[in-house]
Amino acid sequence: MMQFMLLFSRQGKLRLQKWYVPLSDKEKKKITRELVQTVLARKPKMCSFLEWRDLKIVYKRYASLYFCCAIEDQDNELITLEIIHRYVELLDKYFGSVCELDIIFNFEKAYFILDEFLLGGEAQETSKKNVLKAIEQADLLQEDAKEAETPRSVLEEIGLT
Amino acid sequence: MSDVMEKTLTALPSLLSLDSQPGSAKLSANSKLGNLIRGITELTSKHEEEKLIQRELSSIKEQVSSPNTTMRQMKELMVRTIYCEMLGYEASFSYIHAIKLAQQGNVLEKRVGYLAVSLFLNESHELLLLLVNTVLKDLQSTNLIEVCMALTVVSQMFPKDMIPAILPLVEEKLSHSKEIIRRKAVLALYKFYLIAPNQVQHIHNKFRKALCDKDPGVMSASLHIYLQLIQENPEGYKDLTMSFVTILKQVVMGKLPMDFNYHCVPAPWLQIHLLRILSLLGKNDQSMSEIMYEILDESLQRAEMNHNITYAILYECVKCIYTIHPKPDLLEKAAKCIGSFVLSPRINLKYLGLKALTYVVQQDPKLVLQHQMTIIECLDHPDLIIKRETLELLFRITNAQNVTVIVEKMLDFLQVSEDNHTTIDLVGKVAELAEKYAPDNEWFIETMNTVFSVGGDVMQPDIPNSFLKLLLEGFDSVEEDKKLRLFAVNSYVSLLQGEPSRLPQRFLQVICWVLGEYAHLNEDVEPDAVLRLLAKLLDMKSSTSETKSWVLIAMTKLCSGGAAFSVAHEVSETYGSSMDTMLRQRAQELQHLSQDSALQSRVFPRSGSQEPVEVDSSLSFLDGFVSEALAAGAAPYKPPHQRQEEMSRSKVLSLEPYGLSLPISMSSCSVTDRQSPTLLSMSSSLSGDSAELSHKASSTTLKLDGVTRVWGREGYLVQREPVQEAAQVEAPSPLRSPRQQGDEDSPHSQTPTPTPTPESEQEKQQLASSLFVGLASPSSVSLMGKSEQTSQRFRRKARIQDKPPTSGEQINNLPPGGAADLLLDSNVSSELVSSLEQTHRNSLDLTANGACDAELPDGDVKEIKTPLSTDDSVLAAGLSPHEGPDRPKDLCLTSYLPAELSGLSHSEITLLCTNQSLDLSACHVQKEDCVELVVFIKNSSDSAAHQLQMQISCEEIEVSCVCDSPVEELKSHSVTVCQYFLTVKRPSVCFDLVGMVYYQLAAGSLQTAQFLYKLPLTSFIRPLAVSTEEYGTMWLAFSHDTKQNLPLMKDEREPLTATLNLLKTKLQLHVVEIIGEEGIVACCLRPDQQCLLHCRMHAGMLAAWLRSPVPDLPDSLLYHCQRALQER
Repeated sequence: MMQFMLLFSRQGKLRLQKWYVPLSDKEKKKITRELVQTVLARKPKMCSFLEWRDLKIVYKRYASLYFCCAIEDQDNELITLEIIHRYVELLDKYFGSVCELDIIFNFEKAYFILDEFLLGGEAQETSKKNVLKAIEQADLLQEDAKEAETPRSVLEEIGLT
Repeated sequence: MSDVMEKTLTALPSLLSLDSQPGSAKLSANSKLGNLIRGITELTSKHEEEKLIQRELSSIKEQVSSPNTTMRQMKELMVRTIYCEMLGYEASFSYIHAIKLAQQGNVLEKRVGYLAVSLFLNESHELLLLLVNTVLKDLQSTNLIEVCMALTVVSQMFPKDMIPAILPLVEEKLSHSKEIIRRKAVLALYKFYLIAPNQVQHIHNKFRKALCDKDPGVMSASLHIYLQLIQENPEGYKDLTMSFVTILKQVVMGKLPMDFNYHCVPAPWLQIHLLRILSLLGKNDQSMSEIMYEILDESLQRAEMNHNITYAILYECVKCIYTIHPKPDLLEKAAKCIGSFVLSPRINLKYLGLKALTYVVQQDPKLVLQHQMTIIECLDHPDLIIKRETLELLFRITNAQNVTVIVEKMLDFLQVSEDNHTTIDLVGKVAELAEKYAPDNEWFIETMNTVFSVGGDVMQPDIPNSFLKLLLEGFDSVEEDKKLRLFAVNSYVSLLQGEPSRLPQRFLQVICWVLGEYAHLNEDVEPDAVLRLLAKLLDMKSSTSETKSWVLIAMTKLCSGGAAFSVAHEVSETYGSSMDTMLRQRAQELQHLSQDSALQSRVFPRSGSQEPVEVDSSLSFLDGFVSEALAAGAAPYKPPHQRQEEMSRSKVLSLEPYGLSLPISMSSCSVTDRQSPTLLSMSSSLSGDSAELSHKASSTTLKLDGVTRVWGREGYLVQREPVQEAAQVEAPSPLRSPRQQGDEDSPHSQTPTPTPTPESEQEKQQLASSLFVGLASPSSVSLMGKSEQTSQRFRRKARIQDKPPTSGEQINNLPPGGAADLLLDSNVSSELVSSLEQTHRNSLDLTANGACDAELPDGDVKEIKTPLSTDDSVLAAGLSPHEGPDRPKDLCLTSYLPAELSGLSHSEITLLCTNQSLDLSACHVQKEDCVELVVFIKNSSDSAAHQLQMQISCEEIEVSCVCDSPVEELKSHSVTVCQYFLTVKRPSVCFDLVGMVYYQLAAGSLQTAQFLYKLPLTSFIRPLAVSTEEYGTMWLAFSHDTKQNLPLMKDEREPLTATLNLLKTKLQLHVVEIIGEEGIVACCLRPDQQCLLHCRMHAGMLAAWLRSPVPDLPDSLLYHCQRALQER
């Protein structure tokens, strides 16, 4: 089972974090700090796997963004690398050639996609089409909701009602 | 007015975004979030950022709590809060609003609300309870999106206690028409299974339905559950093996829809999951393994494309092939596969190749030889991770001949590694290898010096402990012991003459002890010179008071003689008035003993004789004092737990803040705050809550095993060094003296090259030959086996072997099932035995010595279980456990049942394990107050078995031997019986008793057989006869409870009575009373481990509520009630 996933920039700024094991905020911060430091210190040609505490860390860099997952001892490192890749593919398809800015400004969308792909630390749906379909359906509903609601709420907010 | 303006502005971006694409970054960048993000990027310092975020957060706080904020604005605020939290700023005020948003918003707001909840809270957060109603509502919604959202959040976190509330709804979703809902429901149940397995056990058959689902997504989701279930109990799912193989076949053949392909590989995630499941099912099971061979072969062949994903599958395949029952041609293919990993230019694959080699090395040492040059290269790899993994591999192939080279490589690595975790792990490994294979004294001491300096204060405390123990106990040869000690003394004296301030505290403590004990061995060094060196340590600023106290003890031991007196006097003057009471005590001792050399030599005899110290732990010498005090009107002593009980009884609702914890905190501070070598304060309260104290003491940093009790029957005991008590427990070492050994082992022919330069091929070759010596030819392989048996000169003696089996102590903490089915027989292959025994002892050594589980490489245990890859079937047959568990010959064992037990009912006698010399069977007998385990050992060989010893242990059960005299000898073809009383320490659904039998056949060496005996909780349950009134008071007093609905026997005329009677007969519960629709039932494990059950008929179910003073008991009992009712 995946323990957590972190996305951070080359400057060490956290862009996304998803924890699949219950940890205190203090611990999360400590782990994040240590890991970001360790991963950033590694050179490009080095191995994508790390042994860190009792976990295995799998990371990969896409442009300026690092994707970093922690898995348990019996998990397969290579397939985790592909999980990262599939997630990037999903983001890419959704945003249309994704860049770090997309993830910064629309991080909630990135979370939605992640939740549709991984659930509770396990790959939930590995078919790219199905994941995007699920997201699009929810988005579509959002649009409907917006259309139905926006005129009313704007009037309301301006104080005309 | 400005307020209105601002609101308008807030609404604008979303108005504008109406016609924009979803997911376009540009427009969102205009939002408040965008402004915030841009604002942050423009800042230059962390301080400014902090100020900005705090301002942002306080404005958010104000807005969220305002009643005028719409859900729509709330959504936007929540997104910004998530962002602030991600930056590391706490915004707990918003958590409740996130829940509110999930509850009240429309679909789009709800989605953000749920997201915020899942990011902010974790499953133990109390606010999560407020989410239950929302989830409940959404699960019943007709809107699919809402149902999906609810299931998503449930699969991530849900309060354990509230699972029953939503379980029926989630279960219902398993048969929903949409596959996405079914899939999410399966994953939600998986989550429930992980956090509360008892709650979902009744729906196991529904998991099977999910496994057969027509949608591959649902089916693969159900594999998560099965992987977990099979990991816990492989035996229960053997019947599914064929189904998994069929599924895998279909996947590999490409029968799934194209959607599931990933880079042209059919459903790789699914394949890997199935391979993992298969390896669990095929482990130690030949018939199951045979079903898999074909598909494994197919997978290996199909996965030959050049993409990461195929390598992922190959890697899993190889692991599976090496885990299940071996098949030669598959192993060959797998080995080839490992080869291609190791040789790959891609670093990730190389790393995994090394991992795979490490995994298989014990089965297949030849494979390592094939790749020795690559391994040498990896040893010099610039990436530390690769280097580290290579060392792990080398650690597994270490023997007496290559130990110096390998340890040197490890120490080199330690110098560059900065990671604490790695250091702790590696230091432990070096110490282990040094103890096992050290070629000579000098090397051993020097290596340990490096271990102590590098490991410093982070290493496992048992490393210095066992080192000191080893020095103290020594070996058979007095001469050799003396040399080792002398060398240690000389080495330490010169270290102290250097720069002792650089040495870690733990190392200094070791040095102090050794110098104190053995400095006299070196006649060239004057005692006062040593004293002065020690005194220097006292003046160092870095010395902790613990170290100082070690120094003072060492000085006390050395202070006889004229010149030394002045130093001792000076030091005791200084510390005689120290604020630290422990130091002051030591200084006083030093002062007195240095003046009275007769007393000093009596207190610290130099002869090194190790007569057992008689310890009067009941402190009976104080009896006179106590009776006087009692006569004078003092209150009688009550142990802390009794005091606590009384206090809690007298004040049901005690509001006094510190009332209850006082006794505990007093005793704990007396121990933990003073980590003195002798733990003086501990001995003074020994007669009290000693269990608790010893527990506390174990947490002190430098614990020496047999901490001397300072007070005995005659008053103040002759105070020796701590380790001696432990020595008394141990039998003399069976190991040969180093001298004898040195004569037999050929000296090292190859000189290790310390730092091979990568350019020089020749040097590499040389390094290779020194690293892989002992692995090369078959003859040298067996030589390795032999050398492991003879040359483990410094090996820690496993306590477990030295203790007679009568001891009820539980040292053997093997992980349940971990080595369960292991069976050893040296007649099969000496190589096998030595390597297995080897691993096995390692694990024993480690666990026996307490808190160093971390050092035990995970692979070890696994590899014991895996059948050998060597390709002869005789061997395999010898190793396979459980062969014919119900052979007729076991039946006649009944006649061996001890007479006093023959009248009682006993469980079926089951054959636990068998090898060529011993058959082990067991059954259990339920007595009134306990359960007795009867183990039958039958010697089926033609020679007598000697020195038979048996160890049984279980974490949750206290095992004590019935008969006092252990069976020493077992004649050929005869049977002996061992009996053990079992009492529950910690309730659990099922108990795994792990047993080990040690024996020697006429000519052979020490052999072991191991078995696992499973015992359900029901064997321990006894009816508890209480009246309704007593039940009532007990009910209120018990704190641990659980509730669940159980099936009711509805078809009976009086369903409640019928159900309770069924429980009564099946589980031996006592039905106290049945009143109308309610019934109360009681039982116990021991008189003090009661469990009460309150049942009520409700909506066709039996609402059961269990309470007990013992944690875990209600849950475990509930499990059995449920099973009993389901099985009826």
